[in-house]
Amino acid sequence: MNIVVLVKQVPDTYSERRLRGDGALDRDASDAVLDEINERAVEEALQLKEAHGGSEVTVTVVSMGPDRATEAIRKALSMGADAAVHLTDEGLAGSDAVGTARALAGAIGTVGPMGSGGVDLVLAGNEASDGRSAAVPAMVAEVLGLPALTHARQVTVEGGSVTVRRETDDGVVTLSAELPAVVSVNEKINEPRYPSFKGIMAAKKKPVTTLSLAAAGLDAAQVGAAAALTSVVSATPKPPKSAGEKVVDDGDGGTKLAAFLVAQKLI
Amino acid sequence: MGEVLVLVDHVEGEIKKSTFELLTAARALGEPAAVVVGGPGTATKLADGLREYGAEKIYVAETDAAGIGGEFLAPEVGVLAALVERVDPVAVLIATSADGKEIAGRLAVRTGSGWLNDVVAIDGDGAEISTEHSVFGGAWTVQSKANTGHPVVTVRPGSVEPEPAAGAGVEETVDVPAAGRGATVVSREPVTTGERPDLGEASVVVSGGRGVGSADQFTVVEALADSLGAAVGASRAAVDSGYYPHQFQVGQTGKTVSPQLYIALGISGAIQHRAGMQTSKTIVAVNKDPDAPIFEIADFGVVGDLFTIAPQLQEEVARRRS
Ligand SMILES: Cc1cc2nc3c(=O)[nH]c(=O)nc-3n(C[C@H](O)[C@H](O)[C@H](O)COP(=O)(O)OP(=O)(O)OC[C@H]3O[C@@H](n4cnc5c(N)ncnc54)[C@H](O)[C@@H]3O)c2cc1C
Ligand SMILES: Nc1ncnc2c1ncn2[C@@H]1O[C@H](COP(=O)(O)O)[C@@H](O)[C@H]1O
Repeated sequence: MNIVVLVKQVPDTYSERRLRGDGALDRDASDAVLDEINERAVEEALQLKEAHGGSEVTVTVVSMGPDRATEAIRKALSMGADAAVHLTDEGLAGSDAVGTARALAGAIGTVGPMGSGGVDLVLAGNEASDGRSAAVPAMVAEVLGLPALTHARQVTVEGGSVTVRRETDDGVVTLSAELPAVVSVNEKINEPRYPSFKGIMAAKKKPVTTLSLAAAGLDAAQVGAAAALTSVVSATPKPPKSAGEKVVDDGDGGTKLAAFLVAQKLI
Repeated sequence: MGEVLVLVDHVEGEIKKSTFELLTAARALGEPAAVVVGGPGTATKLADGLREYGAEKIYVAETDAAGIGGEFLAPEVGVLAALVERVDPVAVLIATSADGKEIAGRLAVRTGSGWLNDVVAIDGDGAEISTEHSVFGGAWTVQSKANTGHPVVTVRPGSVEPEPAAGAGVEETVDVPAAGRGATVVSREPVTTGERPDLGEASVVVSGGRGVGSADQFTVVEALADSLGAAVGASRAAVDSGYYPHQFQVGQTGKTVSPQLYIALGISGAIQHRAGMQTSKTIVAVNKDPDAPIFEIADFGVVGDLFTIAPQLQEEVARRRS
């Protein structure tokens, strides 16, 4: 079985995140990390690998992003993924969600054809912490003509099919499909492992294939800013909220709080 | 004037409020045309409600495939894609939700349309659609526009004030395209709506964090919430510690709330929690650590023990209400 995991490098949510005027991320403003939800996707892939005979399963991470996304890729490899594909090309800058989905579909295609002997399962996070489209996995599935089983809190792969428990605000649904399929995981699916020292050392020797647009079989006219179906006109920060009054409880903290709420006409 | 397709969101024969918001927004852009996708008999129950909010047309796509054994979200995507092709609408409006975004993203790929996601305001005169988005938990405002015809627009619930207006609501039955290779719905658990107001829509939210200490002690948070008619929320640490269910998590990876009043009890105010509540009109915090970051954005903060302050506040509320 071949599993592809889509991983994205994002600005660390612990640092301040900024946008440039054209709406692109200001990548110098914050530290970049492997998105936490993608650690969970990698963890799920590794658990599936362990449950399905280990050496017969290959886990390949696929990432689209600037050069420094290699750090995020190394993190996934040090957790235990076997190989990586890094799609990086100037022409990808400014891609919208549709462009991103097309590009990722192209990159997945370089790992192997969809289906038995090729790629059986594509795992992803349900929502990236920067863009929050929460739809790229389903869109990749749409481009590849595969079923999308999204927001999984639980994934079972058995006898050529996959079943997930999909948990969202819209309800809980059990979905199933024949492989190959795309599955996105939610934040409650597992606790990702920490890379071991051995894992970190081994990761340095694992193969990372760097792909240009052309190598991924992509047409420059289909991705990037020029092909984007939507554009950002402006991006402006809002003034941060400032602190109001703070009192230390002297036995009447609740009463003082109530008085504040009354003064604000909130109770 | 061109048609503006509005995907109707409905549960058990009831139209969701977000649909009325979309129909209201659609009127400013063109002619509102509601699209009902559901099991047989769905449209009859919904049609009058849609007319009251200005639907000039109602496209009815009824199919057994919308239920158990059917292909997940495929009827919605298929019906909308066929209508986009046929009527070349000004835009397709869908409410932002997990399902809404998935339908929108797939539709955008299929029809080659731009997707403007999670908009809080929408503008357009039929030729060009432009939108406003609130990102990074409300810390940034982004203006975008579509570069294609018939853009797909997901609109954040609560960002448009729904206003009734009579519409002709002429019904037309449309076919549901044959399914492709999608995921099959094996079973569906009913959405449990509790006694309390919906977290996303409540005007008051009382949230508890790790400081609440246990699942049992969350009754302190619930009791205060009930005295205020509020929804209950939780931090991720409280959810991860098993104090409160996941669906009530507020923050970066949970719900984004923007109530009139947000009360944080025993929550430190990590940046990821703030991302889900910092646009609340008034923020009040109780924390025993005077340096807790939550106080940086609190309009009123009390440094002290939540287990004495919350019940005291609750008593004051009850006293004033009686
Ligand atoms: C990618 C990512 C996504 C995340 N998403 C979210 C998210 O969606 N939502 C979220 O909330 N977090 C999220 N987090 C986690 C976040 O970083 C914090 O860990 C979390 O918000 C902390 O929750 P807390 O404030 O309840 O716990 P703590 O930080 O442990 O704070 C508990 C607070 O309670 C106070 N306290 C203790 N006892 C009492 C008492 N008796 N009375 C009064 N005060 C008391 C303490 O002083 C302390 O300030 C995310 C993190 C990452 C990396
Ligand atoms: N540039 C990218 N490279 C690799 N994977 C991505 C990229 N963008 C999105 N994804 C995948 O899609 C998931 C959901 O992202 P999104 O739909 O953008 O919220 C992420 O967690 C990743 O698994």
